[in-house]
Amino acid sequence: MGLIDHEELPGIVTVPLRRLVNWSRKSSLWYLLFGIACCAIEMMATGASRYDFDRFGMIFRASPRQSDLMIVPGTINEKIADRVKVLYDQMAEPRWVIAMGGCAINGGPYHGEYNIVDGVDRVIPVDVYVPGCPPRPEALMHGVLLLQEKIAREGLESRAAARA
Amino acid sequence: MAEIATRDEQLGVRSEELFVNMGPQHPSTHGVLRVLTRLDGEKVLEAEADIGYLHRCFEKIAEKRKLFQVIPYTDRTDYLAAITNELVFVMAVEKLLEIEVPPRAQYIRFIMSELQRIASHLLWFGTFAMDLGATTAFLYAWRERERLLDIFEAVTGARMLYNYLRIGGVRNDVFDGFEATVEKYLRDFEKRLKEYHDLVTGNRIFEVRTQGVGVVTAEEAIAYGASGPVLRASGVKYDVRKADPYLVYDKYDFEVPTGQNGDCYDRYIVRMKEMEESVKLVRHGLADMPAGDVMGKVPRRIKLEGDTYARIESPRGEVACYLVGDGSDQAYRLSWRSPCFVHLQLLNIMARGGLVADLIASIGSIDIVMGEVDR
Repeated sequence: MGLIDHEELPGIVTVPLRRLVNWSRKSSLWYLLFGIACCAIEMMATGASRYDFDRFGMIFRASPRQSDLMIVPGTINEKIADRVKVLYDQMAEPRWVIAMGGCAINGGPYHGEYNIVDGVDRVIPVDVYVPGCPPRPEALMHGVLLLQEKIAREGLESRAAARA
Repeated sequence: MAEIATRDEQLGVRSEELFVNMGPQHPSTHGVLRVLTRLDGEKVLEAEADIGYLHRCFEKIAEKRKLFQVIPYTDRTDYLAAITNELVFVMAVEKLLEIEVPPRAQYIRFIMSELQRIASHLLWFGTFAMDLGATTAFLYAWRERERLLDIFEAVTGARMLYNYLRIGGVRNDVFDGFEATVEKYLRDFEKRLKEYHDLVTGNRIFEVRTQGVGVVTAEEAIAYGASGPVLRASGVKYDVRKADPYLVYDKYDFEVPTGQNGDCYDRYIVRMKEMEESVKLVRHGLADMPAGDVMGKVPRRIKLEGDTYARIESPRGEVACYLVGDGSDQAYRLSWRSPCFVHLQLLNIMARGGLVADLIASIGSIDIVMGEVDR
């Protein structure tokens, strides 16, 4: 963003539309409160007093219709997998997904067991992977910062079209 | 059904019962619980829990892995009280192999599991109050919990899932100055606990939302096999720490708090008092902690033979492990008794006849962890 020191028009900011849109998108990532397993407790910790997600403009939303970001904190098994897909489909574009913890990345300690889906990316597309079992709140915050960088690079066309 | 029909006739209206599906994604189901409810207006006719959304094959994994490899998985069953879950598993193995645990390790286990009880109840306090609309309590509880997690991290190296207990002892000794750090924490915590009482306990809204809500009588609780705070809130004075003492619980005198009505409020009060008792027990443990080794003598070649049953009092209730060996170094079968699974069956009794909002209070008050229900 460039702040112009213009004598007749003080306080005017010129910025490409793409950057303005991306800036507003990345600065208010409302995430879906969808606690699945152990990592959900660390996700709660990140939202609570000490780590405080609010300073990234992140507030949890209970409804997928109001959320931009889905943090998948936990093991995906056969029974929950289609629910995750439904929730993802209910979110409005643009939407992003963070796979939090080993289980959501590839099954983690439960990799290859019966009933376990080895990674949430087999069900929905994932933007950022945060490793750990469970990842520390700092790690999750780092993942969010990486996602913000990614959002800042995105174009204005719809994400579905960009993927195709 | 018949009731609805007669009422409709009297009022001259036509109504029907409503089926509402709650979960598995719902902010107050504490995980991936799905509750199938039949409603008559705002009144709950029936609430049935649908579980299995977090089934992670724990018991099958325990048959496939070496014994020490099972310990991390026990952490992940009840991830809010990892130490107590590790404890019941290593106790079962130690019982079967007749391994002597050195006194210092016993005391470390004792202190850690009581601290774990405080941590778990703190999280429960925060989420329960948040379910009822008091968001402030959640942030307050996490403030204290984070400090406790710092102590856990300094001892075990992890915040939540510790993998700290070993067959025959604990992985490493506590750090220098452990006693002083914990004592400082406990002193602060006692002050904070008073703050919580000021904040929530006398609150009129909180009382109305919880008193007389989700009542479980003593007979029902016993018939369903409830344990822990849910059983004690119904007025049954039963605690595994007293009934079948393990570690060093028989050396110390402590209160087993009970309630009378078996409602959500009593379950709340019982847990708050349990935290006070845990503080006392940790103090006893710190004062008497002997010096010495933290690992006992464990045979290099393990042969599990026969079967055994070990049980403990976790923050949620009676956790037990039934272990069968067939002469190899792995478990032939491991069966896990999880208190939350039992308590969840009480949900229909608690919720029936109440309002939908009371159903939320009931779910919150039994303190479920879905990882433990589904395993």
